[in-house]
Amino acid sequence: MIKPVILWTDALIFLLLTAVIVFSVYARGKPHLRAPWQHVLRSRIAASSLVILLAFITTGLLDSLHFRLPLADNGNGKQTHYAVEVLSVLDVLVGPLRTRVEKTYSAPFSTHLFTRENIEQPDGRVLRDFPRLEYAGSHLADPARDRGADILKRSAMASLQTLPAASLLLFGIALLQGRRNGQGTHAALRDILQGRTEIPWRVILVTQSLLLLLLLLAVNLGSAYHILGTDKVGQDVLYQSLKSIRTGLVIGTLTTLVMLPFAVLLGILAGYARGWIDDVVQYVYTTLNSIPHVLLIAAAILMLQVYIANHPELFETTVERADIRLLFLCIILGITSWTGLCRLLRGESLKLREAEYIQAAQSFGVSHGRIITRHILPNVMHVVLITVVLDFSGLVLAEAVLSYVGVGVDPTMNSWGNMINGARLEMAREPVVWWSLLSAFLFMFALVLAANLFSDAVRDAFDPRLRAR
Amino acid sequence: MFAYIIRRVAYALPILIGINILTFYLFFVVNSPDDMARLHLGMKRVTPEAIEKWKGSHGYDKPLFVNHASSGPGQLIDTIFFDKSVKLFAFDFGTSDDGRDISFDIRQRMLPSLAIAIPSLIIGLLVNISFALLMAFFRGTYVDVSGVVLCVVLMSISAMFYIIGGQYLLAKVLRLVPISGFESGLDAIKFIVLPVVIGVVSGIGSGSRWYRTFFLEEAGKDYVRTARAKGLAESLVMFRHILRNALIPIVTGVVAVLPLLFMGSLLLESFFAVPGLGSYTIDAINNQDFAIVRAMVFLGSVLYIIGLIMVDITYTLVDPRVRLT
Repeated sequence: MIKPVILWTDALIFLLLTAVIVFSVYARGKPHLRAPWQHVLRSRIAASSLVILLAFITTGLLDSLHFRLPLADNGNGKQTHYAVEVLSVLDVLVGPLRTRVEKTYSAPFSTHLFTRENIEQPDGRVLRDFPRLEYAGSHLADPARDRGADILKRSAMASLQTLPAASLLLFGIALLQGRRNGQGTHAALRDILQGRTEIPWRVILVTQSLLLLLLLLAVNLGSAYHILGTDKVGQDVLYQSLKSIRTGLVIGTLTTLVMLPFAVLLGILAGYARGWIDDVVQYVYTTLNSIPHVLLIAAAILMLQVYIANHPELFETTVERADIRLLFLCIILGITSWTGLCRLLRGESLKLREAEYIQAAQSFGVSHGRIITRHILPNVMHVVLITVVLDFSGLVLAEAVLSYVGVGVDPTMNSWGNMINGARLEMAREPVVWWSLLSAFLFMFALVLAANLFSDAVRDAFDPRLRAR
Repeated sequence: MFAYIIRRVAYALPILIGINILTFYLFFVVNSPDDMARLHLGMKRVTPEAIEKWKGSHGYDKPLFVNHASSGPGQLIDTIFFDKSVKLFAFDFGTSDDGRDISFDIRQRMLPSLAIAIPSLIIGLLVNISFALLMAFFRGTYVDVSGVVLCVVLMSISAMFYIIGGQYLLAKVLRLVPISGFESGLDAIKFIVLPVVIGVVSGIGSGSRWYRTFFLEEAGKDYVRTARAKGLAESLVMFRHILRNALIPIVTGVVAVLPLLFMGSLLLESFFAVPGLGSYTIDAINNQDFAIVRAMVFLGSVLYIIGLIMVDITYTLVDPRVRLT
């Protein structure tokens, strides 16, 4: 039996996921909650960025299901020992990407190592040359001759596989749409292809097909080559980039999850209660805001490092240790970033408490707690949502900077920040090792751009001031 | 006005005290000086004597808050809290963990930081305002839309990529400027150009988009419509009316960050090996030099609060409608 490992961040991620699902089920029956989201989805840019974001999120979720494999039975049958290595479902799915480790650097699609080595010839002479890679392109008899054709063949294969899958998606959506609108599959299909549906299904389908093509290309080519090359210890860079997705998502989402209760509670309380409570809350957030954020994070992480170094017995595996550091990073990032939301909410509830419906509720004798939860909270939720969504991309970018400064995620953890950090030295090599940097760039850029575009649409849909225009 | 400034400074004092207590708590209570000593001396085979010696030589061997061994005011003065925290208020930063005078280092490193930060700020401001003005002038057209898209794309690239990519392209491939380093005097210019260019480029995305919203907000106001109604050319409306009024939030935003320029840019300075305060901070973090980190936290907070006060004063200067009470 495998032993499931639930890391702190895993638990929180799935808590967040549950909350999102519960909310969407709840919002389905409420037209006023559904309307802004429908507005978001009607935007073509937002719809296709959402598809990309969902692809990232799925990868991140798969990577959050952790377990440890049992070691070979030692015979006494009483107690099974488990491997120290913590794996995730994603590790199993990408299989060969993880296990096929070369000796050191190799360029994308290369069949030879990046550095020269002494190779012993059959006749005993020693030749200094680039040795063949152990795994990538090992099926080719003569790489120089066959490689191009092989890559072409595999890419064509991937494209051919994409076609039926994409058409299946198209017909599936047409079927559902046709049934829902009562117009029949044929009419729905025509509407989708001509881009006349309310929700831009055509754009969504094109984005999905492109992602599908990328996935199939990765599957077809990745099984025979290192698509994005290998790093210093021969680890596949594509695998690292995929594993980094979870780190980026955790930083982007859990940070806001951690800070949200404080910001919402204190912000509303300060604005609603005024008086000395307001003074105290303002004092707290001005103080926290005055400290340069990087330095506060650095100070807190340095202290955590000392703590972990002095209490090694608390952490069973390196993954658990790295995870605690990640969670702590989220908390400390949350502490530095809640002040903005808190200030916004304070201002908003200062305004709201003078609104007529709040005055009416007060004169009816509704308790303060009830006024806050029933009347003020729902009316500031759009501020909360907009801030959360807008903060996401900034936090993903911040991770890279913090990892460079040395106070980011654990150095053993896969993250884009660590990849960029390593790439700094690689760029100084001659010839240049550019693929780690490029991969981190591509993945990060895709995630942050999609998040930025999506958050713009969310802001447009939820901000009443913008909607009025 | 003068009374107002005095009151604001007095209001800043409790905030500084709060920061001081918070950092003291982080550095000395969460982890005892013993832990720090062990981290510096290495984990294994540390004798208690070695720890005591390290603490003694760095001034961490006193009690935290109250020294019962002394008498009179010495009970409070002869403690770590007084030595390491209260003295910060007099800008007495003490010595770093490797024995250098922190105040001296800070004075030395301020100029290189400013040499990068001030040109970046000025050029960045000019570029961002021009770009934003261009987008606002052509609002609603393809110029505007593609400008905004370009901004979002530029915003989505991490500052690290700008730095590494720019360094690689301009210094290594094109060999226009040295890769990194610094010199004093006029020779510094060739070292400054690259960080400034990269600093400006990496800020264009968010900066111009932000300024564009200021311009659009002003463009929707009644006085702008009046200006157009009386027959002013659009360019005149743009430069005479909209630009001037939109400059209010822009200028106050700049004033807020002015004092923080002393702190330098962490990333730019460390990538280009500029001996400024930014790289000083990063080195301190990497060497786990707690004394320097503490000093920089305090300095940064003081500068931030000065920035806040300066913003309020600027408001009265640039916007006659605002009166300080």
